[in-house]
Amino acid sequence: MRDAFVRTLIDIAKKDKNVCLITGDLGFGVLKPYWEAVPDQFINAGISEQNMTGVATGMALEGKTVFTYSIGNFPTLRCLEQIRNDAAYHNANVKIICVGGGFCYGALGMSHHATEDLAIMRALPNVTVLAPGDLVEAQAATKAIYEKDGTCYLRLGRGGEKTIHSQLGEFQIGKAIKIINGEKVVLFSTGAIFDEVMEARDLLLKVGINPALYTFPTVKPIDKETIEICSRAYDLIVTVEEHNIIGGFGSAVSEILTETVNNSRLLKLGLNDKYSGIVGSQKYLRNEFGISAKKIFQRVKDSLYE
Amino acid sequence: MNSKELAWNIMRQGVEMTHLSKGSHIGAILSVADIIGVLYSDILNFDPKNPKLPERDRVILSKGHAGAAIYAALAYSGFFPVEELKTHYADGSRLSGHVSHKGIPGVEFSTGSLGHGLSVGAGMALSAKKNNEKHKVFIILGDGECNEGSVWEAALFANHFKLSNLVVIIDHNKMQSLTFCAETIALEPFAVKWKAFGWQVLYIDGHDHDQLKMALTVNPQDSEKPTCVIANTIKGKNISFMENNILWHYRTPQGEEYAAALRELEAIKPCEMHLLEH
Repeated sequence: MRDAFVRTLIDIAKKDKNVCLITGDLGFGVLKPYWEAVPDQFINAGISEQNMTGVATGMALEGKTVFTYSIGNFPTLRCLEQIRNDAAYHNANVKIICVGGGFCYGALGMSHHATEDLAIMRALPNVTVLAPGDLVEAQAATKAIYEKDGTCYLRLGRGGEKTIHSQLGEFQIGKAIKIINGEKVVLFSTGAIFDEVMEARDLLLKVGINPALYTFPTVKPIDKETIEICSRAYDLIVTVEEHNIIGGFGSAVSEILTETVNNSRLLKLGLNDKYSGIVGSQKYLRNEFGISAKKIFQRVKDSLYE
Repeated sequence: MNSKELAWNIMRQGVEMTHLSKGSHIGAILSVADIIGVLYSDILNFDPKNPKLPERDRVILSKGHAGAAIYAALAYSGFFPVEELKTHYADGSRLSGHVSHKGIPGVEFSTGSLGHGLSVGAGMALSAKKNNEKHKVFIILGDGECNEGSVWEAALFANHFKLSNLVVIIDHNKMQSLTFCAETIALEPFAVKWKAFGWQVLYIDGHDHDQLKMALTVNPQDSEKPTCVIANTIKGKNISFMENNILWHYRTPQGEEYAAALRELEAIKPCEMHLLEH
């Protein structure tokens, strides 16, 4: 996913000299094509995320579109006040790029698990929050945040994510993407957990459950219209995110549902307000925290027959 | 209006604004008044009729709690009516206690949380260099603010990227929120630190307008270094019972103290202003 981002940004930066990428000294082997293609539009700010975000804001206020780049929680939580007071309050064209949302860096330990970022970034006024589900969404999301005025947060996976969409219609910030219609159950997925959700759907089909499926590449503004329509069309809405269930994607959906007349139930799948004290591959940790394809399948099935 | 007159008006308005609002930070406003007075009267390129003039010099008051000083300087420089200064802190006012850019022509950047301004200024300076623009970026820091690690991140960055168009002015009044800087977190040797970070350092009397004018017109374009002007100041300057008294970081001038403050300022009013009144 990070390579899809970099490829897309190179195309953008070649056409727009006002685009700049600042890294907090990360991106070894990933950003090289970028700095080779547009060396004058690349800055390594060193290991200083607060300064990186402040510098990005200053450049943005002078008319540039500045992408800040780091991994895990470093481009967000480490410099949260700079994002709030500097970038967001001033509506600066700062685009915050996180590589490694969720358990991408699972084996590296808790410091590298980005599992509260969506909630925290979503709580900031003037910040648009995106979490693409596959390489196609990542490419479209990169273009979309470049074109959108103001501060945006883009939560990416790492490497090895799949191309799931064969084609994408018009990509719009704030619009969910319907993958397929279904009956009784609808699955809502955000971010790179999309592949597990697809697999879970296949498992559900085998036992006679035919869930609908949507991806939500935008977490804020959340697609109210799609949620309202689904709340009337399905009995059970299941949100899946590689993130704490408090404050994130599931919470955003529940905020709409509580203000909507509907008969559906909501099942929020994600980390149940926990840090991971153990390490492992992304696959392993997803399973441990109940968001692997098999666990999603099991929990949806159990919930239906409760 | 010359620098002495502007600085005096900033001090006078500072007392008035913190009196009317029952607000804090008069000590910091008085310590930075001469710096801001000289900047707006003699140094900066700006046009109050065109606040976004592309070639204007940029100013960020990173120690945003002295925002009243910037508001007063802008009002007396023609950006908005002096009368509006009375609304500082008031319900529905745009003049917040810490300096805000929202709806206020002439304010480049909102601050209030310490340690933000220098990074943003570094970004502005870098952008100007990349675009081959000739304006300068001035950032006013507090000395206590230099406890913040982000200040030193930005100091490293400005040196590395040779931001010779960036000028930091430190209002070095040697006091912070609870007591003296030296008793809080030792800064000394302060100038040596900035020098070691690769900056051109000027150490001056921050109440001497000639020294301020000289320091702020040093052309750093001659070198590749950013400039740090350490302006030695006195917190609460010019009001005897406020000078070097930590009480006046937060205390608001009311009653007899307000009247005494006004009397003391009246006594040092620049003579040109007396002449104007007659």
